[in-house]
Amino acid sequence: MDMAQVHREAFREEAHELLTELESALLELEENPVDANLIGCAFRAMHTIKGSGAMFGFYEVAELTHEVETVFDQVRNGSTSVTKDLIDKTLKAGDLIRCLLSSNGAVDESERQQLISTFRQMAAPPEDKPVHVGSDNPAGALRESEEDEKLYRIRFRPSPDIFLTGTDPLLLLKELRDLGKCRIIAHLCDIPSLDSMDPERCYTYWDIILSTAKGINAIKDVFIFVEEDSEIHITIIDDSGNSIDKPIYKKLGEILVERGDLTTEDMEQVLQKKKLFGEILVESGLADPSKVEAALVEQQQIREAQQKRQMSAAAASIRVPSEKLDTLVNLVGELVTVQARLSQTAGLRNDTHLLQIAEEVERLTSELRDSTLNIRMMPIGSTFSKFKRLVRDLSQQLEKEVEMVTEGAGTELDKTVIERLNDPLVHIIRNSIDHGIESPETRQAAGKPRQGTVHLTAEHSGDSVILTIRDDGAGLDKNAIRAKAIEKKLILESAELSDRELFALIFAPGFSTAKKITGVSGRGVGMDVVKQSIEALRGTIDITSQKGEGTTITIKLPLTLAIIESLMVKIGDEYFVMPLSLVEECVELTSNDIERAHGRNLANVRGSMIPYIPLRQRFLLGDKDPAIQHVVVTEVAGERIGLLVDSVIGEHQTVIKSLGRMYRDVQGLSGATILGDGSVALILDVPQLVQWG
Amino acid sequence: MAHTLLIVDDSASMRQMVSFTLKDAGYEVISANNGKDALAKINNAKISMVITDLNMPEMDGIELIRQLRGLPGFKFTPIVMLTTESQDSKKMAGKQAGASGWIVKPFKPQQLLDTIKKFVK
Repeated sequence: MDMAQVHREAFREEAHELLTELESALLELEENPVDANLIGCAFRAMHTIKGSGAMFGFYEVAELTHEVETVFDQVRNGSTSVTKDLIDKTLKAGDLIRCLLSSNGAVDESERQQLISTFRQMAAPPEDKPVHVGSDNPAGALRESEEDEKLYRIRFRPSPDIFLTGTDPLLLLKELRDLGKCRIIAHLCDIPSLDSMDPERCYTYWDIILSTAKGINAIKDVFIFVEEDSEIHITIIDDSGNSIDKPIYKKLGEILVERGDLTTEDMEQVLQKKKLFGEILVESGLADPSKVEAALVEQQQIREAQQKRQMSAAAASIRVPSEKLDTLVNLVGELVTVQARLSQTAGLRNDTHLLQIAEEVERLTSELRDSTLNIRMMPIGSTFSKFKRLVRDLSQQLEKEVEMVTEGAGTELDKTVIERLNDPLVHIIRNSIDHGIESPETRQAAGKPRQGTVHLTAEHSGDSVILTIRDDGAGLDKNAIRAKAIEKKLILESAELSDRELFALIFAPGFSTAKKITGVSGRGVGMDVVKQSIEALRGTIDITSQKGEGTTITIKLPLTLAIIESLMVKIGDEYFVMPLSLVEECVELTSNDIERAHGRNLANVRGSMIPYIPLRQRFLLGDKDPAIQHVVVTEVAGERIGLLVDSVIGEHQTVIKSLGRMYRDVQGLSGATILGDGSVALILDVPQLVQWG
Repeated sequence: MAHTLLIVDDSASMRQMVSFTLKDAGYEVISANNGKDALAKINNAKISMVITDLNMPEMDGIELIRQLRGLPGFKFTPIVMLTTESQDSKKMAGKQAGASGWIVKPFKPQQLLDTIKKFVK
């Protein structure tokens, strides 16, 4: 039985109970026709049957109950009274609803229509709108019609009380952003001085320039709950349908005049002077800086839209061999290192001129770095389409029915990461289809659709990308994994493992629980290799599963391999760095704190005990502990674990250099980087440190 | 951490359907039969959003909204009404009591989720 069926069944039961309640209320009403409680009870029974009935597809029931409810609503507010006739007809309606609800549902339609019209007549003034039953479009949402891309100007001035209705205007702006390319300018000019400001009121208003193909209704839907109290103006300012051949955009002044932020006379007066128009406006106090900025943004966005249209006709991209890009990234890496040296040296010299130059170089380098790394980014979609083919072929070979659904094909990742991701993903998808998805017959017997589904999604999350491969197959068999692990001597027979730990065993070398070996998978090489390749990309892999419902594998990958934001720490005379994305916070740990913990490596962070790894001992760095040390709290695989260091230096742009062949297998280190003064800092492999303690 | 949503409806099948939809989308759900039950079940829980029916025995939705807005933790909490009354009077009464929005029954699960996204990050 699918979920919709389960819900319908639940509704049937509920409706029968309500009808029984209704019946007894009606019979009591006959004795006592003005009892408000009884009337309320009858009304509510009808009301609930109507509302839920329509939800679960009992439209005929909903239509009839709506009429009865209308009459009882009038009884409730005193404009009609309870008569024997009303009670008779309502009882009859109740019986009819019971029939409609019963599974065969054979009901005389003419009788239903007759009852409906009877109740309509009873409802005194027939002002009521007919109920909309089974419509697709109540809350206004989901009105999607693809149109040509148009440019809209939206001014959104929420009511000052908007926060008190639980609405966050920023979420509405975010929703607009999801509709298309969007520039938002906040106007802060109405914010009063601090002493007269009420923090619970909203003083800000926004101009939004949005370019979208979703149509004006989609924009209106965003504001549906606030439109009555807020000031919302939506204007189309550029229509892609016209003006393709002559790029015309309005001058700043014209836009301000059109919006009513400036008068024509003021504009002309100002135009007499020969300065930048916007500057003069602001200087002379004729318009707020934010308003001028908003108009400028609008102008630019129109210009861009028109340029884009022209550009798309011409060649939009060039092809470059990837080695050239690799060289470029390497050079930028070197440049970042040299720049760090320059900044450090300038800092020591105490020379303001030099410092200025160093800062300028720093800014340019970081822009150069970002745009260079950006060149290497590719949408992951190209690989997705390969997998569709794989799924098609495999399911034919294994005589299963499998559909692949992908999401987030536009998610961008470093080219190298995408290439190195191919094999692990092929493996996981193969496993899903071979071991996860059952044969169509088995699926049918288990009440699932014949066709299995493999979902492949990619999404951004901070500075990493999360890939999920989810199937709706049989799920992992915990007992089989356990038995196998004991047989392979991976765990003791008495070991107590959480689901998560148990599932993690399938990543152990040589592990395979498939009962027979097929040509596709099941030789037990695979998941351990998958894990290694993901970790080589500095990623993590995680598996969850529900027996009978399917398995989800989550892979978290860094956006790029070459340069990372990291946190630099110091132990003795040695510097270490770790990816900033893993760091949650840093806290001090005094020798008193350590004494109080009685030899256990636990730090008390605002009341919660966090275990930490003393890196000085871990890396055998001899010296004595200083009086005050620092715990860098990291989050790895959902656990908070601290790393104990002498001191925290700060954020650092780390150009990753791999370690030489000799050191490649050292546990707890994943690479090295060159610091500004030319010395080397080692990059901590935090997940591995945590795993090995 | 998953958001906790409070769903208040006297219809058991509606509660079941809504909770299923929300849990499936990764939310935590507390459900209550009516306004009084809801107030009793809040119990210091951190509620990210309230979804309430209007017509209920004991305490109806409008009164619940009014009382919730008076509680210390609920001043800015989004509250969405589930309503079959598309008439403006009920909607306005709800808004005046402090509701953030409304969904008209019947709705599809996806419409519910889309509306929640308007209010919860």
